[in-house]
Amino acid sequence: MTPRRRRLYWVLGILAGVGLAGALALQAFRQNVMFYFDPSKIAAGEVQPGQRFRLGGMVEKGSVMRTPGSLAVSFVVTDFRHTVPVRYDNVLPDLFREGAGVVAHGRLDAHGVFIADEVLAKHDEKYMPPEVARSLQQAAAANAADGAH
Amino acid sequence: MVVELGHFALILALLLAAAQAFFGLAGPALGRERWLSVVPTAATGQFVFIALAVGVLVNAFVQFDFSVRYVAENSNSALPLFYRVTALWGAHEGSLLLWILVLALWTMAVVARLRFLPPLYGARVLGVLGIISFGFLLFTLWTSDPFARLLPAVPDGNDLNPVLQDFALAVHPPILYTGYVGFAVSFAFACAAMIEGRRDQLWARWMRPWAVIAWAFLGWGIALGSWWAYYELGWGGFWFWDPVENASFMPWLVGTALIHSIAVTEKRGHFRSWTLLLAVAAFSLSLLGTFLVRSGVLVSVHSFASDPRRGLFILGFLIIMIGGALTLYAWRAPGMRSSGGFEVLSREAFLLFNNLLFVIAAAVVFGGTMAPLIADTLGLGTLSVGPPYFNPSFLVPMLPMLALLAVAIHARWRRGALSESRRALLVTFGIALVLGLAVVFGVYASPMPLTPIGAVLGIWIILSSLVDPLDRLRRGLKVSLPIAGMTIAHIGVGVFALGITFVKSNSVELDVALKSGQSAQVAGYDFRYEGVQNLEGPNYEGVRGTVSVTRNGQPVTVLHPEKRHYWVQGTVQTTAAIAAGLNRDLLAALGEDVGAGAYSLRLQYRPLIRFIWLGALIMAIGGVVTVIGRRARSAQGEPATAALGLQAGEVKP
Repeated sequence: MTPRRRRLYWVLGILAGVGLAGALALQAFRQNVMFYFDPSKIAAGEVQPGQRFRLGGMVEKGSVMRTPGSLAVSFVVTDFRHTVPVRYDNVLPDLFREGAGVVAHGRLDAHGVFIADEVLAKHDEKYMPPEVARSLQQAAAANAADGAH
Repeated sequence: MVVELGHFALILALLLAAAQAFFGLAGPALGRERWLSVVPTAATGQFVFIALAVGVLVNAFVQFDFSVRYVAENSNSALPLFYRVTALWGAHEGSLLLWILVLALWTMAVVARLRFLPPLYGARVLGVLGIISFGFLLFTLWTSDPFARLLPAVPDGNDLNPVLQDFALAVHPPILYTGYVGFAVSFAFACAAMIEGRRDQLWARWMRPWAVIAWAFLGWGIALGSWWAYYELGWGGFWFWDPVENASFMPWLVGTALIHSIAVTEKRGHFRSWTLLLAVAAFSLSLLGTFLVRSGVLVSVHSFASDPRRGLFILGFLIIMIGGALTLYAWRAPGMRSSGGFEVLSREAFLLFNNLLFVIAAAVVFGGTMAPLIADTLGLGTLSVGPPYFNPSFLVPMLPMLALLAVAIHARWRRGALSESRRALLVTFGIALVLGLAVVFGVYASPMPLTPIGAVLGIWIILSSLVDPLDRLRRGLKVSLPIAGMTIAHIGVGVFALGITFVKSNSVELDVALKSGQSAQVAGYDFRYEGVQNLEGPNYEGVRGTVSVTRNGQPVTVLHPEKRHYWVQGTVQTTAAIAAGLNRDLLAALGEDVGAGAYSLRLQYRPLIRFIWLGALIMAIGGVVTVIGRRARSAQGEPATAALGLQAGEVKP
């Protein structure tokens, strides 16, 4: 085998390995990437049935309901234009509270209830997830436009 | 008045950094020898003024000077002295100051070792470091002045973020930054070599200890951060693939490739341009990490700042530094082609595989971290990428890496013959197979196919690393420190692999609501909830729960998880209670009062989780040992290499 030929095999072998790794990573990426939707987008029917996604908005005041003595909790997420009911069956994070921003991971069930498997609220009083802030702005703009008609 | 002194000291440091950069780069280029002597002096002066500025800010914290905005925002009269000092890096402005201080300390270390480098080369290294320091000082003074006054002064401060009031997090940033910023030194060594257009590989010998020390500190810092997240964030995870974690992990991955490729360059002269590229990439990723964290472009717990000016400045600086270095690379790298070949199973080939796999791993993390940002910029929607992507994708390059490592330890330079080591390989593999399967089927039963693979590979790596050193000792030969360090580091990899394997496959997590006296079963342990009591601390109040743990009726431990309410900032914080052990951790965290006399609790069992941080620590120690070994050897009689470097053309190894 000439050195030139050996070099060619090296390069081909490496390219094949890198290509394989890239393909596998891309596959994992396509299957696991999660999109973000707010209540208005859900109302507009942008979510595909059974799709796992991130829901963001504000926890509506007075909406948090517990089954006493159990973990089961339900609340309503709003962008002040549309709302989505949420059910969750695990320990809530420290900063979860009514009237504060929240992001939840999960799926919509057949009745349009969001079944969350993870609820996030970050470690800062003043913190508002940027995507939630944007949703609220868009919804407020839409509300204002409605009022003008 | 004293505080303005700190501001003034930073301005002087900025001017001295400019002098250091100018004389360090222009002196050698124009052949002005007298300019060279200015460079270390400017660097030293810069260090003195930066240290002075840091001292002034620390003093303001210690003395409760709430007329300084940064002090008022990040401390409080009830904050203990230790956290008042560490509050220095509790937010954006002070973190930058710490970054600059660490860079100045690294620069001083280079100054102290200057006599081992050729004068022109040393000056250029300091010149490049001067540019970096100048950029960050300008950034601080222009956008993030830590000495800004708050007028009128407030009577009391806003307190330090409660999650930062913790020992591990207090020491995590300085150690992490020592690693992060340390790659600036190998970057400077690479740039200096490219500016000179060096045709030898001596620069690799000079750069190697710096890269290894930076890598060791970075690994140690990441492990500390992970350990902190585990017990302080309260929910028992040790790695979240959070953008900020990834920001420090990418330089570590590329740094790992670098410290392996540099060995080939130093010993054999191969991979020269590749090593230079990795040195540039490691520091570029450190800068990128700083940009991601400090500009607030990514959603994360750590991002304090969201001032667009700051993001733009770092982005501009990033483009100048990386663009400049890559242009230099494009110009010089073709002249650095190495000659001679190596065979498929030689050490060079295995180290090439190592490099490929680590770079692929870094690319996987990079892709997942940047995808949301890119999608958002291009208007493709708001998306997020989490552990379901990272975990499997990361395993794709890392699993072959583990398998190759056990074999590669025995490979020889140049020759592709493993025949002399075949017996050792087979015997160690056999023992690992038996031990690994015994552990998986005897102790930690798991349905996952990756569990036995991970267990066997982890044990095989440890055994395989030990073969050569033990053989040498048996024959009455010495084991040199660099070999010992390498062995230690590779044992660390094996320990780490075992930890990850069993934590991932055998952890049990349970969220439950329990009334006083009720208990729940987790992995054979009985967690009995006894109730909560009120709690009062120096700057918080809260509740303290009692959970007694038994196993088969025998008492194991009593856990006291807390829920704290920090009254100054009004934040609530979960403090998990952890019974740590080398073989397993038991964790209990308090949720909240869910009514009907019950509390929600999170209970966890995590086998061998200590192996993860232990493995990372062992790797870092191994790295440090190799450097100590090199120093000991060069002190014995190799200072001539520096002088040699001046006229040496092509030096044959």
